[in-house]
Amino acid sequence: MGTVSIIDLSHEFDTSVLARVLDKGRSTGAGFSEIFVEDKRSMGAGLDDGKVEAVSSSRDSGAGIRVIHGDTTGFAYTSDLTEKGLMAAAQAAAAAAATGTGGTHKVSLQPMSRQKVNDIRIAPTSVPKARKVELLTIANDTARGVDASIVQVSAGYSDSTRRILVVNSDGVFATDEQVRTIFRVTAVANGDTGMQTGYDSLGHTIGFELFDEESVEELAERAARQAVTKLRARPAPSGALPVVIKRGSGGVLFHEACGHGLEADLVARGASVYANRVGQQVASPLVTLVDDGTMSREWGAIGIDDEGHKSQRNVLIEDGILTDYMWDHIRSVQDGRRPSGNGRRQSYEHLPMVRMTNTFVLNGTDEPDDIIRATEKGVYVAKLGGGSVNTASGDFVFGMTEAYLIENGEITEPLREGNLIGNGPQVLADIDMLGNDFAMGNPGTCGKDGQGVPVGDGQPTLRVKSMTIGGTAA
Amino acid sequence: MSGRQVLDLQAIADAIVAEAQPGEQIAAHLGRSNETDIRVRNQEIEHFVSAQSQSVSVTVIVDGRTGASSAGAFDETSWREVLAEARENATFGTPDEYAGLAEPDGVAVVEQKLWDDDLAAFPTDKKIEIAKELERLVLAQDSRIRIDDVNYSDGSTEEASATTLGIRSSSCSNSCYATVSVLVDDNGETQTGWAYALGDSPLVFDLPAAARKAAERATRLLGAVKPASKVTTVVLDPMVTAQFLGIIGSTLNGESVSKGRSIFADRIGQQVASPLVTLVDDPTDSRSYYARETDGDGLAARRNVLMENGVLKMFVHDAYSARRMDTKSTGNAGGCVALQLTPGTKTQEELIAGITEGVLIDSVQGLHSGVNPVSGDFSTGASGLMIRDGKTAEPVREFTIASTLQRMLLDVEAIGCDLDWLPMRATGVSLVISGVTMSGA
Repeated sequence: MGTVSIIDLSHEFDTSVLARVLDKGRSTGAGFSEIFVEDKRSMGAGLDDGKVEAVSSSRDSGAGIRVIHGDTTGFAYTSDLTEKGLMAAAQAAAAAAATGTGGTHKVSLQPMSRQKVNDIRIAPTSVPKARKVELLTIANDTARGVDASIVQVSAGYSDSTRRILVVNSDGVFATDEQVRTIFRVTAVANGDTGMQTGYDSLGHTIGFELFDEESVEELAERAARQAVTKLRARPAPSGALPVVIKRGSGGVLFHEACGHGLEADLVARGASVYANRVGQQVASPLVTLVDDGTMSREWGAIGIDDEGHKSQRNVLIEDGILTDYMWDHIRSVQDGRRPSGNGRRQSYEHLPMVRMTNTFVLNGTDEPDDIIRATEKGVYVAKLGGGSVNTASGDFVFGMTEAYLIENGEITEPLREGNLIGNGPQVLADIDMLGNDFAMGNPGTCGKDGQGVPVGDGQPTLRVKSMTIGGTAA
Repeated sequence: MSGRQVLDLQAIADAIVAEAQPGEQIAAHLGRSNETDIRVRNQEIEHFVSAQSQSVSVTVIVDGRTGASSAGAFDETSWREVLAEARENATFGTPDEYAGLAEPDGVAVVEQKLWDDDLAAFPTDKKIEIAKELERLVLAQDSRIRIDDVNYSDGSTEEASATTLGIRSSSCSNSCYATVSVLVDDNGETQTGWAYALGDSPLVFDLPAAARKAAERATRLLGAVKPASKVTTVVLDPMVTAQFLGIIGSTLNGESVSKGRSIFADRIGQQVASPLVTLVDDPTDSRSYYARETDGDGLAARRNVLMENGVLKMFVHDAYSARRMDTKSTGNAGGCVALQLTPGTKTQEELIAGITEGVLIDSVQGLHSGVNPVSGDFSTGASGLMIRDGKTAEPVREFTIASTLQRMLLDVEAIGCDLDWLPMRATGVSLVISGVTMSGA
């Protein structure tokens, strides 16, 4: 199985120029300077109402220069990657961080050994656009063929090839190439109870081989069936009930219930309910939570983070005990420890901060069918939508886009959409059954302080003994 | 057009459009912007971001097929590449008889003030001082308050566009704001609050008001409990109403309607809301945060009455959806940006005084995950204050409110007089809605 090699960004820069720019960054006395270079190409195509209507492509490249002086960070970015452009940005960042007198610093840059978590077999840029567009038509035809009630279908394809280079005054010199490919389908079904939507997506940190491995037809069929099934959905219950979450669909629960709260920047600001709790029981003993940027192919996979540190596997909660937070450069320096490979940014126009990569709960021992059988009355969530959390209070919500009632240990009626609400620490403690059927979930985009980054999540089938379901039925 | 011309960008936009070959429609948009973002903590600068960026985007339509491309640089090599890519992309689309750029329609532009000289001349050290002052003011509100973050941000954008159908425009705009987010601790419990200061320039920021608002939001939720589940009457705080109206606006979008995705398709002329509801989208009203002169197609923005006394009057259109539905563009390429409800006569306090039992909804969480504008299902996390015998009572949190968009519009019981020109696509106002299911313990 051959892999494609993409030209490493370090070949496009002269190390002596980079060293001069780093030096300029520290010219007003700062202890740390960093250059983050990014070159990103994306291509996308959308189909709606039976027509391929939006074929687009973009290219953006530039550099963000960060200078840290004491507790102050200066940051400037530019799309001018010449020495002149980089020097001007470094000067601006240095001026922004300036509080003291200047000095000169020499830095020796040695390229770091590569960690490849992203083996690409078929570079998306090498695939004819016509082939990509054809997938949209296949999805449309398949979804519409599922049932006469399907009245509308939209589908989207996109790929991105992101090359980054990070150099800093601590001697970090690292590159990465991140190729992601994603496909989404939304179907609308119309029936006696009005319209319902079905949505599904597939995406991996791989190239166009995604479509050799996964079927667009099956994806389109799932989205269409979800919409059709919901036509006979009844309003979701209102109030507290046990909730069973299907494998691979509820990782967002952990992302919101505790993931954000374990980000060291929020912890340091005292804006997390998990601050000062390392070593303590913060979840049911069934729960072991991991954040792993090295998880090949998964949506949050990265070779290095956006501060040049290798991604790694970090165990955050082990058997219910909080073991560690996630860290970026600034927070790890302040705490005198190594970073954890979680310093990420949306683009060269953004400052890095602590972000998740692939966050998941390891297998338990229960058989998934037993979890449902053991639930007399509850809700079975087969697909979760997005969510959000207030990390300070721990209150979080997430949407259920496909859910069913559980009655007498069996899955019965489909339910209309709604949000579930809970409090992170309470919900983690209330996980009382954990399946042995782990699966990763759909590709996600995590938003924080206005920046979106790709993340993955996963979990086995599990039960929360009580959560508030935001429906309208008594 | 108001503001100044951006001659160099306009020249590039014109040059791109001049490349059009017979049978080709081209639209070009150029942008150049500057940004300053300052975050302060403990009276020190935590970060200072200063940046410039530029962009070019090109749309090509040929034989009913549309292609687009963009890049982050607009030197001639870059824009020629972008144009070539957009042309190539257009060859992959499905021919669509309705595809095409907007035809100029002669509607006059209502000039807006987009540029402020005081802001442009505002010195950096004073921007830093604003953030520091906001931090001091907030901390002085209550000894239990801690800072989550305090920011000052401003930006300026120069833009120019041109199309082969003769639409040409260029403009300069700038804007600024300061935000504060706080934490309040009491008895092992932490609550959060936030607020912002807005204005054409920092000279008109009301920092004390922002400080009071952030402190009030956080402290009034201390001690909040999870309420019991019941069907009740809610009073939406102005910001929550603005979020609700934004969703309603999306259901009235001509594109959703023409593609069979709107709950209001085929309902023109019918009573879809309480007779109290008159909903207007008016980007020419300079009080709106997104007041603008032209829409995304380059046509003049205009006032449109969407619902009048509860009767659905119209959908909003861009050039494409208008052509599809055999009507005219309403100047809404990009959707509704300045929705307003016609206000009532009562303050929020007076509205609450008329309610025996209900909930004042202070904030909502998860609108993106719990509201489906196609099915109309509405379910969102919420926090706020119980209302008992005409007065606000204990704070409540970790509950949801649910109904459907269709029912909520019909169940509007009253609209306040407290218009709030928020930095959102809709103006805030207190709104009373009955028959909402509150799910809690």
